[in-house]
Amino acid sequence: MRTFILIFIMSFLSACSSLGVEPWERDLLAKDSMQLVPDYLDNFYDEHIYFSKEASSGGQGVGGGGCGCN
Amino acid sequence: MQLKNIKKKMSLATCVLLQAASPSVQAEEAEWDVDTAILFYSESDGRVNAVEPAIYAGRELDDDSRIDLRLIVDVLTGASPNGAHAAPVAQTFTTPSGKSSYTAKAGETPLDDTFLDTRVAFGADWQVGLDRLSRITWGGNISKEYDYLSLGASATYARDFNDRNTTLTTAFAFNNDIIDPEGGIPSIFQPMRTAGSGINREGADDDKSITDFMVGVTQVISRETIMQLNLSFGQTDGYQNDPFKIVTIIDPATGLPATASGSSFFDTATTGNLPYVYESRPDTRDRTVLFFKTVHHLDEDVINFSYRYYDDDWGIKSNTFDLRYRYELGGSYLQPHLRLYTQEAADFYTHNLALGIDVDPTSGAVSQDYASNDYRLAKSETVTVGLKYGVPLANNSEFSIRGEVITQTVDDGSVPEGEEAPDLDAFILQFNYSLIW
Repeated sequence: MRTFILIFIMSFLSACSSLGVEPWERDLLAKDSMQLVPDYLDNFYDEHIYFSKEASSGGQGVGGGGCGCN
Repeated sequence: MQLKNIKKKMSLATCVLLQAASPSVQAEEAEWDVDTAILFYSESDGRVNAVEPAIYAGRELDDDSRIDLRLIVDVLTGASPNGAHAAPVAQTFTTPSGKSSYTAKAGETPLDDTFLDTRVAFGADWQVGLDRLSRITWGGNISKEYDYLSLGASATYARDFNDRNTTLTTAFAFNNDIIDPEGGIPSIFQPMRTAGSGINREGADDDKSITDFMVGVTQVISRETIMQLNLSFGQTDGYQNDPFKIVTIIDPATGLPATASGSSFFDTATTGNLPYVYESRPDTRDRTVLFFKTVHHLDEDVINFSYRYYDDDWGIKSNTFDLRYRYELGGSYLQPHLRLYTQEAADFYTHNLALGIDVDPTSGAVSQDYASNDYRLAKSETVTVGLKYGVPLANNSEFSIRGEVITQTVDDGSVPEGEEAPDLDAFILQFNYSLIW
């Protein structure tokens, strides 16, 4: 598993080195709407609702707290 | 000579600019990004209703660190399926306290309507810069409800590469949850008892620990596109039953919940045993999650798409697609949302247990290790369709309203007609007000 993770990281680093923008080309990326999680509370609510209704959870990050949801 | 003059003039101009800029930079104080919201959640057929006010606040502490805080209150009322399936006869159940009973009519999905809870959850993240390119975020959370306490901590390390176009993230989290249900922890596969005849319990509370590890990469693809790929591994150890869920014991001769005619153990009038046993789930669960997200800027609009593949050793496999399209209206915006989720059933998902096959009619002993008829462990599909409208207000504040419809369809296999787990329709209405403070 450790080898797999290492290969995963290394392949991304080498493949990604040719991608990207210069610092002065980050105008659009800096917008609130371009953030990976643009709406903090919408995301938090959704994670909680689907955690209590479905058998899957996680993926976006770690932690965040559990509940005894019925 | 001329070059020297230009250089001199440029240095002078730079000095003037810096001098002009520095007092305002020094005077500028970090501001709080505040987001407040209230969410109304309502399920059809009198099931769960929830009201959830929430507040988030985050700010830079200095050049290298920031703090994010969140507080959510969750007020729940309504009814929740108790795990027994509908039957052609009326069914009587005992409340978790063991003191009173409730009845489901013939053909009705049994719902426990004693469900009432308030949850308060608080979380904080503190991000600290380690050097110019790396940072660590310490997180903590506490969530308390009437019968449940969850405490957790996390650490996330992120490092930028390739002119900050690539960010590698690794994260670790640990959570400990304690459940202290009304009436105590039910003894697995022991029968629910008639009200007032004692309850099958094995202690007041129990707990579980949840450990998560994640590696991820975020990559700027172009001026318009960013992508993220995360791989997570999680393990849960400890008590994972739902203490309020039961499984029906049927008599294969009649197809109805067991009675004295098929089992001396379930001769309720004599033994006090109802034909339902408390569910049993494994006490370990290993999860693997692959998560991909991309955000893409069109001329004006923004597309936010994510896909998640989830797999665990309970047999749950799921796919989640989530698409939001932010349609700019010259200041304000409309954001349609579509989410599709499909899940396979857990290996031990069981419609019921049968006398003489899974259950000894005399002793009531169950020959399976695990069984649950919790609809959340069934094969299912969830479709969410929503729309959000946001409008900017004065002083960098914004108001938004979001409405969503969630439809969950449960496929519990070839079960007798009328016994199917009911589908679920839920509605969300959410108001947000965000501001800089």
